[in-house]
Amino acid sequence: MTYVRNRSTARLVAISALPLAAALALTGCSNGGADEGETGAESSAVTIVVHDSFIDGEAFGAAAKAATGYDVEVMTAGDGGELTNKLVLTQGAPIADAFFGVDNTFASRIIDGDVAAPVDASILPQGALELANAVNPDGAGGDSVPLVPVDMGATCINIDTAWFAEQGVAEPETFEDLTDEQYRDLTVLLDPTASSTGASFMIATVAAFGEDGFADYWKQLDENGARIVQGWSDAYYGEFTGASDSGTRPIVLSYSSSPAFTVNEDGTASTTRALLDTCSTQVEYAGVLEGAANPEGAQAVIEYLLSSEFQQSIPDEMYMYPVDESAELPAAWAEFAPLPAEGQTHDLSSSEVQAGLQDWLRTLGDTVGL
Amino acid sequence: MRASDRRLPRALAWGAAAAIPALFVGVFFLWPVLALIATGFTSDGRLDLAGIPEVLGLERSWRVLGNTLAQASLATALSIALGIPAAFVLYKLKFRGRSFLRGLLTVPFVLPTVVVGVAFTALFGPGGSLHVLGLDRSLLVVVLALAFFNVTVVARTVGGYWSQLDSRQAQAARMLGAGPVRAFLAITLPALGPAIASAGALVFLFCATSFGVVLILGGREFANIETEIYRLTVQFLDLRSAAVLSLVQFAIVALALLASSLLRKKHERAYGMRHEERTARQGDAPVLIVFGATLIFLHVLPIAALVWRSLQGVKGTGVTFANYVALVDPPESSPLRGTVFDAIGLSLWIACLATLIAVVFGMMVVLVVSRKPRSRLLQRSISLYDSAIMLPLGISAVTLGFGLLLTMHRRLGIGFDLRTSIVLIPIAQALIALPLVVRTLLPVLRGIDTRTREAAMMLGATPARVLATIDFPLLGRTAGLALGFAFAVSLGEFGATAFLVRPDAQTLPVVIATLVGNPEPASYGAALAASVVLGVLSAGIMLGAERLRPAGISTGSW
Repeated sequence: MTYVRNRSTARLVAISALPLAAALALTGCSNGGADEGETGAESSAVTIVVHDSFIDGEAFGAAAKAATGYDVEVMTAGDGGELTNKLVLTQGAPIADAFFGVDNTFASRIIDGDVAAPVDASILPQGALELANAVNPDGAGGDSVPLVPVDMGATCINIDTAWFAEQGVAEPETFEDLTDEQYRDLTVLLDPTASSTGASFMIATVAAFGEDGFADYWKQLDENGARIVQGWSDAYYGEFTGASDSGTRPIVLSYSSSPAFTVNEDGTASTTRALLDTCSTQVEYAGVLEGAANPEGAQAVIEYLLSSEFQQSIPDEMYMYPVDESAELPAAWAEFAPLPAEGQTHDLSSSEVQAGLQDWLRTLGDTVGL
Repeated sequence: MRASDRRLPRALAWGAAAAIPALFVGVFFLWPVLALIATGFTSDGRLDLAGIPEVLGLERSWRVLGNTLAQASLATALSIALGIPAAFVLYKLKFRGRSFLRGLLTVPFVLPTVVVGVAFTALFGPGGSLHVLGLDRSLLVVVLALAFFNVTVVARTVGGYWSQLDSRQAQAARMLGAGPVRAFLAITLPALGPAIASAGALVFLFCATSFGVVLILGGREFANIETEIYRLTVQFLDLRSAAVLSLVQFAIVALALLASSLLRKKHERAYGMRHEERTARQGDAPVLIVFGATLIFLHVLPIAALVWRSLQGVKGTGVTFANYVALVDPPESSPLRGTVFDAIGLSLWIACLATLIAVVFGMMVVLVVSRKPRSRLLQRSISLYDSAIMLPLGISAVTLGFGLLLTMHRRLGIGFDLRTSIVLIPIAQALIALPLVVRTLLPVLRGIDTRTREAAMMLGATPARVLATIDFPLLGRTAGLALGFAFAVSLGEFGATAFLVRPDAQTLPVVIATLVGNPEPASYGAALAASVVLGVLSAGIMLGAERLRPAGISTGSW
């Protein structure tokens, strides 16, 4: 009897220990693949953490290795805002060597939190230094920059030109037009609290109407029947007549590049147009993380992001414009999707945005009940 | 001397069985969550509680709290109202295809929230067939979607209890002239009370902490505490306000768990041999109609809308399989990396690991919690332990994800950074599946009549022998369903997975979210198609697991 008991107790102990063993085996297995960059003594591995609109990580890794000689591993950390916050939260114990995907809205968090290490400004291509200084006004003029601009774009109101021609209604051009009676119930916007594109548009209205005036403008939009939806695809593919069979509204918040995707079959015309007087600029930045295990490798990867090979691929892969002015745009982009001119956009500095954003959203919540 | 000799290893074994899962939950859940909340309450290295009055002074905080309670109460009431007829039909009536229908009704519970959100939008949103009702972005749609998941929970819990309820009293009332409605209201309903209340508390917990559905369908207007914590943390890095709301959420969850555990105790009892069923009669027609309407309008319609929309091509192409083709052979511009099979493969692999962890730890927890010690202190500790293991159900996935980032930096004595390792994904999913595994298995072991064990002991069996011959086989036979639950939940898990920093490989729910947000015209259709694929996978697993359930054992009475 005693013998039986002991054996069964032993079995119980063995069963109890099983998951522990499994967990250990699990961590042991992954040790090889997960993070060679930090365990191995060799400094040939680099990790870059990116937002979730980045290109295929494996393809990028292969191309970047060919160009830099480093083994490049790509990690994803949510959208631009989430990525920024994760980098700020792990300041001092970085989750990677380099990062890409922090945009001008969130840039000041990276700079204020000392998250990014300086990078030599001489690697910047033509036209990029100005974009780098725009988010780093205090350090402008030095030899190094904390944030390296990689690509850019613009959030703009888009219209279905075919719809306006058919209905014989004049096309709108400006912010003010959208509150005009003849465009009642025709506009779809994005909830700025749920969508970064929507937030971008709200920032543009703050830039255009001031902190005291933008809420009033939104109230007029609301009274003129503007619909505010949650996500960009709900708006563009669900509500916009220019992109959906079931859509009912010919005015939508989208990007300056969107008309390149509504080009007719022979490539001679686009059925939609971006209103370039309603845009705000978005610039996406990369950088080396402070405390990176492999800062040289990180800088090499960032140089690759600025190489003409990568810059050239940006429009097709990420729907953004390259920062390198000498990079060539696809034909449809060059023809139908120009960026708004300098000075035509409605922008605020990153520090202004960070100081005001939460209050503006709260104000909007109170005025239009988002 | 001999007696204490025996007691020590036994106590050690039980201690280990209790400690290992507790350690797992402590290290991967409590520590990260508390660390993040603590960060919110410190400034410049000192304790700073000024955030509490500040956040509680905001009108928005109260609105969010009000939304949370309103949505959860309404959805709980609706789930109970529709769940009781479903319980009657599925557990009291005998008809062909009943077990299939039971399995089918389990499916909504494990469907990924991304899929359900997309399905309800496909029905009520712009372009959907019920868009004319103008319910898009209304409280009603949020409540309907929450009920979509939870009618099952009520039906299972109440049904399992009902089928063993002694109906002689109700029959006597009928004999004495009470109508069927009166007999139900006066006799049966009060008798079902504990089961209904315990299911209600759990449904309330699920609804009050719902994330994906409320985010997709509710927007900012109907934000609940969970989505508000998400916004504060992910958009504003306002950890202070998020920490305050986390405490509020914690209080709600603790209350719901307490209520659930108190009420559960009343109806978790030894299973009798009684099992009353009958065929349907004419008088059952109203109940059958309610059940049929629930099934068709609440469950079938949104899913049908999803499937229908997934068969529509880009503008002007009509009905086509193009969206599905794009999953298998993605065009160059698609954000899909590799084919959908790669994503399915990765999802299945991760779900296997998560299931292994959740089921093994879950069984250990269940063995411990199902003991009925004589000492009051031990009884109390066990019920406290039971509730603690349930906590991961009720804490925001964002808080967990960001907390893991803060804490998992090589501190565990392992030589690599767990924060960026793919291993963390199955661990996070296992944390979420663990409470469900426990709730599925526990009633079976608690249902063992104490006298059976006592009789075995009397006949000379040692405690370990009793475990080996009575508890383990029963556990093994029910494991199939628990396995299915863990697997399906892990397969569809989106929240925690999305908030981890992950290697550049996509699980199926992440693929759907990526496709939904992509500007390429064909992506939205592909997202709908991928949702259908994920739904079919989860449903298949659940139906398979339901078949593994041995007849006559009523499990899953959450």
